[in-house]
Order: sequence, then structure tokens, then C-alpha cells
Amino acid sequence: MLTPLWLTLKVAILATLLAGAAGIALGWWMAHRRFAGQSLVDALLMLPMVLPPTVLGYYLIVLIGRNGVLGRHLQAWFGINLMFTWQGAVIAASIVALPLVYKGARAAFEEVDGRFAQAARTLGAGEFEIFVRIALPLAVRGIASGLMLAFARAMGEFGATLMIAGNLPGRTQTLSIAVYDAVQAGDDAQALWLTAVISAVCATVLVISGRLLRARH
Amino acid sequence: MSDVVRAPSAIDPPPVLDLHVRATLASGERHFALDAAFVSQAARTALVGASGSGKSTVLMAIAGLLPGVRGHVRIGARTLLDSAAGLDLPARERGVGVVFQDYALFPHLTVLRNLEFGVRRLGHRAAPADLAHIEALLDRFDLRALRDALPRHLSGGQRQRVALARALAPRPHLLLLDEPLSALDIPLRARLRIELAEMLERVRVPTLLITHDPADVEALAQAVVRIDDGRVTGATRDAAVCPGLSSPASGSPG
Repeated sequence: MLTPLWLTLKVAILATLLAGAAGIALGWWMAHRRFAGQSLVDALLMLPMVLPPTVLGYYLIVLIGRNGVLGRHLQAWFGINLMFTWQGAVIAASIVALPLVYKGARAAFEEVDGRFAQAARTLGAGEFEIFVRIALPLAVRGIASGLMLAFARAMGEFGATLMIAGNLPGRTQTLSIAVYDAVQAGDDAQALWLTAVISAVCATVLVISGRLLRARH
Repeated sequence: MSDVVRAPSAIDPPPVLDLHVRATLASGERHFALDAAFVSQAARTALVGASGSGKSTVLMAIAGLLPGVRGHVRIGARTLLDSAAGLDLPARERGVGVVFQDYALFPHLTVLRNLEFGVRRLGHRAAPADLAHIEALLDRFDLRALRDALPRHLSGGQRQRVALARALAPRPHLLLLDEPLSALDIPLRARLRIELAEMLERVRVPTLLITHDPADVEALAQAVVRIDDGRVTGATRDAAVCPGLSSPASGSPG
């Protein structure tokens, strides 16, 4: 009964970590570099938020499917197949969650006064040190709220996950897919139970992270 | 052995500050050409000029915070910039302490952590000698009671003292003060001017400060360099306009 919950939490946590690392790095990079085609890169990074998840899922199949551009080589060189696995679900959830972290982190980094970085440079700090000791702590609120939204988005991911990982009970069937499955099968009790679980988990996450944020400041 | 002629530069100590900085700043349609040169023998030099004259830009060029500067910057025997020789130290290696106009104290760090920032590198501990120096600075600037306070809980005068102590903590070779009193209201300004003069007297680090207030010059500086539209137009007492350098050499655009 709880298998879809654990699977969903595992996928959402790993996806939040992946999207978090990539989103923070990209947000920092985009906030501090100016280059030709930057707005194009920005649009590309935001695309997963506006594209229908099924379209995204199709892109991912083209990319990491058995005969995909990358998938073919993953299979041939490392024997890795991501289709219909929970790891594939992590990739799908990471992609849909990425824009939320990236957008939050970039805005938060751009709000940090450039004078602090200048002061840090005159005090002997290198760029990575400025990132760790100045920018990250000052941007923590924006980044944390981006991570929270990313986690919630990864928890509820449905369309792209269904196309990449399928609906294999016990292996790739996450909560949101299990709810759909239960409703299709006419199992209202199961649907109600799963809905209650996912609502309770999401509400708990929001309350806890809200408290953590307030305690820091 | 009489009548030995010696080159003056070989025996005289090098000037406290010797610089010639050139840069072109573009901001939209506007261009600003900086071409400023002077030497100073004074321990404390004031750089004066109207707003927009380029005095802050000179400060940024000395600190290494302005990209694309040509020319040279020497502090005593140390060369920070010599574009002819291909030398251009990054800001973090210049050993120049800066007190910014709004102080730019790190808002998430306590007074003590602000002071430690320049002597504790990421992943390393501060050297005992540096920590002892910071303890001495806390005493000298009367900050001991405030060591665990965050900048937003400090008064204007306290912030100024923290900014000065933070800039001095890594033992800089030169101290730059950008309008050190302008962030304060007028009655406080007069009192802190005296306090700042006393503090600068005690720290014995060569200092260049920018101001447009004659009272600051009188109280804080021993030499004055005047800058106007990106060029040095005059100097008094121990400072000198570099001959031939400040005359219009490169055309200013616009």
C-alpha cells in the first residue's frame, strides 16, 4: 500500500537534488555572465515549465530511449537502460523541476548587491569563495523557495514520468500515477487513500520548510 | 670619491603612491575617458573633485575592481599594475583595503566574522597571528562589545569603524576610503571626522581618500590631488601632478 509513497519520495528527493545542483549552478552562471544568445539559453531552460509534460516526455524518449540519441550509446557502452525504470522517472522529474530552481536561484543571485562581491575581492576572496561565503548565504531564501516548489513539482510529476518510466506497480508507479490507475480501475477507496497520503505529505513538507526558513532569519 | 652622482631614484624611498591609470568607460551612449596620473609622498592623500569627475573610478582602478585599466599603479616598492610589462594583479592579490561609501558590510555575518573574512580563506583556519591582530583591532576600534552583532543592528558610526577594521584586518599596503563620511548625517559627520582622523593617525597604513568636503581634507589629509573630468588638474604640498602625463595625450571620445 505504501510502496508508491516511498517510490515517489525517493524519486522526488533525488530529482530535487539533481535539479537543485544544476539549477543553482546555472542560476549563478546566468546571473553573472553576459553573452550573445543568453536570452535564448534562458528561454530553453524555462521551456520545461511551459511545454506539455507529454511533449517533454517525448523529447526524453528521443534523447534517452532505447534507440535515442544518448540512450543508444548508454546501452551499448555501459549497458544502461533508463526506459521503464525509476531512474528514468528521476530524470523526467528533474527536467520538469529544473526551471523552478533555476528561476528562483537566478533572481536571488541577481538581487545580491554587487558591492559585497567587490568587497570580498579586495579582502582576498576568489570567485568560488564569493559564491560559497557571500552569494549562497545571501540568496538562500530565493533558492530554498525554488527547491520547495521543485520538490512539490517532482512529487506531482505525471505526464513525462508516465511516458519514460511507464506504470509498473512496485517499480515505477508513483503516487500520482497510482491515483490515476485507481480511478481508471474504479477503485475509489484506493484513490481516496492515495490522495489523502499525497496531500498530507505535501502539506507537511510546506509547513516544515516554512518553519526552517523562518528560523534562519 | 667626491662628487659622486647618484640617481635620485636609487636612494630616495619610492613614493608612497605612484600611478597613471587610463580607461574608457562606456555606459549606453555616454563615454568617459579616465587619464589620471600623480605621485604622492604623503601618508594620507585626499583625492578631490566634483561628482562625476572620476575620483571613484580612480579608486576602483587602484583596487583592481575596474576591468581594462592601462598604465601603472605602484604602492611604495610594490607594483600592482604595469600594463606595459603585462602585469595586472587581480583585486584579491593587490593587498589594498577598501572602505566603501556605504561600507558594504556583509549583512549575514557578525562584526567578528566580517573582520575575519579577509584572513580566513575557504576551507582554512585563520592563522593565530591574524586572529590576534583582529583582537587588537576590536580593542582599538572599540568594537569588542559588538563582536557578535549583525551590521543591521549597528549605528552609522559603528558601521564605519567595522568597515575600517575589516579593511585593515588582512594588513593592506594601502587603504582606500570612498567618501568615508558621506553616509552619515551632518552632526554625526563632524564628530566622526575627528574620530576617523585619530584612527588613521594610529593605523599607519598609507591612505588615499576621496571626498568633496573641504573639512575632510583639512582634518584627514596631508596632500591633495584634484581631479576634473577624468584628469588630474592640480596637486598641493606632498603630491605632484606627473609632468607630461596629465596633459591631454589621448583624445577623449564624445
